[in-house]
Amino acid sequence: MATPQNRLHKWLIGGPPLAYLVVFFAIPVLIMVLASLRNSGDFGGLAPLFSEESGTLDLTTENYGRFFSDLIYTELFLKSFAYAAITTLVCLVIAYPLAMLIARSAKKHRDLLVLLVILPFWSNFLIRVYAWMIILGPQSVFVSALNRVLGTIGIEPVTLLYTPFAVIVGLVYVHLPFMVLPLYANLEKHDPALLDAAQDLGANAWRRFWRVTFPLSLPGVYAGAALVFIPALGIFAIPDILGGTEGIMIGNVIKQQFLDTRDWPFGSVLSMVLTVMAVALAGLAAWVARQSRT
Amino acid sequence: MALLEIRNVTRRFGDFTAVDNVSLSIEAGEFFTLLGPSGCGKTTLLRMIAGFDAPDAGSIVLDGKAMTGIPPEARNIHTVFQSYALFPHMTVAQNVAFPLKMANVDPGQIGKRVEEALEDVRLTGMDKRYPNELSGGQKQRVAVARALINRPKLLLLDEPLAALDAKLKESVQLELIGLQKEVGITFVYVTHDQSEALALSHRIAVMNHGRVEQVDEPSKIYGFPRNRFVADFIGQCNLLDGEIRACAGERMTIALAGIGDVVALNIESDAPGLKGALALRPEKVAIGRDLPKDADVNRFTGKVHDFLYLGDVTIYIVELAGGMRIEALLPNSSAGRTKFFEAGDEVQVGWRYDAGHFLND
Repeated sequence: MATPQNRLHKWLIGGPPLAYLVVFFAIPVLIMVLASLRNSGDFGGLAPLFSEESGTLDLTTENYGRFFSDLIYTELFLKSFAYAAITTLVCLVIAYPLAMLIARSAKKHRDLLVLLVILPFWSNFLIRVYAWMIILGPQSVFVSALNRVLGTIGIEPVTLLYTPFAVIVGLVYVHLPFMVLPLYANLEKHDPALLDAAQDLGANAWRRFWRVTFPLSLPGVYAGAALVFIPALGIFAIPDILGGTEGIMIGNVIKQQFLDTRDWPFGSVLSMVLTVMAVALAGLAAWVARQSRT
Repeated sequence: MALLEIRNVTRRFGDFTAVDNVSLSIEAGEFFTLLGPSGCGKTTLLRMIAGFDAPDAGSIVLDGKAMTGIPPEARNIHTVFQSYALFPHMTVAQNVAFPLKMANVDPGQIGKRVEEALEDVRLTGMDKRYPNELSGGQKQRVAVARALINRPKLLLLDEPLAALDAKLKESVQLELIGLQKEVGITFVYVTHDQSEALALSHRIAVMNHGRVEQVDEPSKIYGFPRNRFVADFIGQCNLLDGEIRACAGERMTIALAGIGDVVALNIESDAPGLKGALALRPEKVAIGRDLPKDADVNRFTGKVHDFLYLGDVTIYIVELAGGMRIEALLPNSSAGRTKFFEAGDEVQVGWRYDAGHFLND
């Protein structure tokens, strides 16, 4: 019943998060939309919103025109999309067996194993990525050993650092826990009696997985995929450190527009396109998830 | 040879012996029940038959073939689980079709067979529902249809009625009996509910502490329990400690502790000096203000200590002069019944010499 007291409770509970979203999400997005429609200032940043000369608002769609006229940005988006997709897929393949192992281990060990999965969060993100720079660098024990092995079978030495490969390694490494946790949360809830029933009714291990475990884990797969794909799509720190010029992603270009080139309007355009893409993909994933359930 | 032979099967978990040297023969077409309190080993035994667990000693032989080392998916045995374990992401039809798909049955035939199976359990038209859209009774029927669809040699049922309410249980019991008769598949049923076991089974094995206490038809289990455990576990029973004093022909005298001498039926195994208990069902104990004198009836005077009014019957707990208590059951519809006894009323209890039987310790 909507008594005045109930309404008050609703606002007390729902108000703070709503205010948070308005201040830190809705308003910034609107600022970004507005910024993408403005001209850049003479010394970078934004030109005044109100033009003194013409006496009108100084707005333009030229920035979007620039995005669509130069295919290099679309290509960059597609490349970032491919990196994020590969990262998501690799994370899924690595995380699924790990999550399954944790979910099926003894109850008293599960918390410890989950702790081990999130343990890397306890050290700084950049330090961990720099560590990969050393591991993948030409002087590292790993790479020199690899090249020695390749040399014996007659293959040219390889360079790993500053390649797309290094970027994918970094992306997978950083995002893996975000895939493991939702998968584990899902798999842990599975009723073991269902697997017993499947086995009892004639399903071997392979069929038990593909007919029972995997379809039941799809909500966890979707959640994990969203948590990996969307951040991976917009990230700039990892390609910055590990990617060199070859491994650049859209996040790097956005960062350049704001900090180096100081072309805020175009940076805003790229951000808007990225946001729209992420929202569209999240919506698509939710739609697919709903379709598969009915 | 019997369809299923359980030969000297033992299963230990650490120091705990869950199943202790159990041997059973279950015939083809039988409705066989493993009955016992929780922890008696009945579920462990069922899991070993299904193949989810293996005996530490002994063997399980199905249709002349030792099951040792054969995994559950390769055994021609299906189980109806206590929780039903219906696949939540599959419709009723997909659930029922599952065993056929696993057996690589021609997809063209699956639809027709699923339809027939659903008809058998009166679920026609429910094929597109998901398990979470079904009632408890419907889920149970889907689980049974799924387990029976590719005609296993043996169907195991693990307390399949435990989750149903009392009213529904009775109709489901009748359905199960009918279905078993119709399909002719051997059922091995596990339950802790003695009334379920009595109502459903051709034969019952009463289990306790991992051992089989008695294997018999329901009427024998109820009427002639072999020991104190069976007598006490199946239905209500007065167990009166005593010692056989003298045997003469059809009758014998037993000295019951705290009660006195009573006359009882003398059977072959009875002999003077044996100690044990007289097992006496409450429905065989008469209660009245003044019971007629009769040489065939053991008669004692006491006071109503308490009573349980159960609607159709009333159970009186009568305390005898020596302090012993005897339960007597009186149908509330019995002829001439005009007055209920109250706690404290002085009454007489009596039973015919052949009403109970002596359990040798």
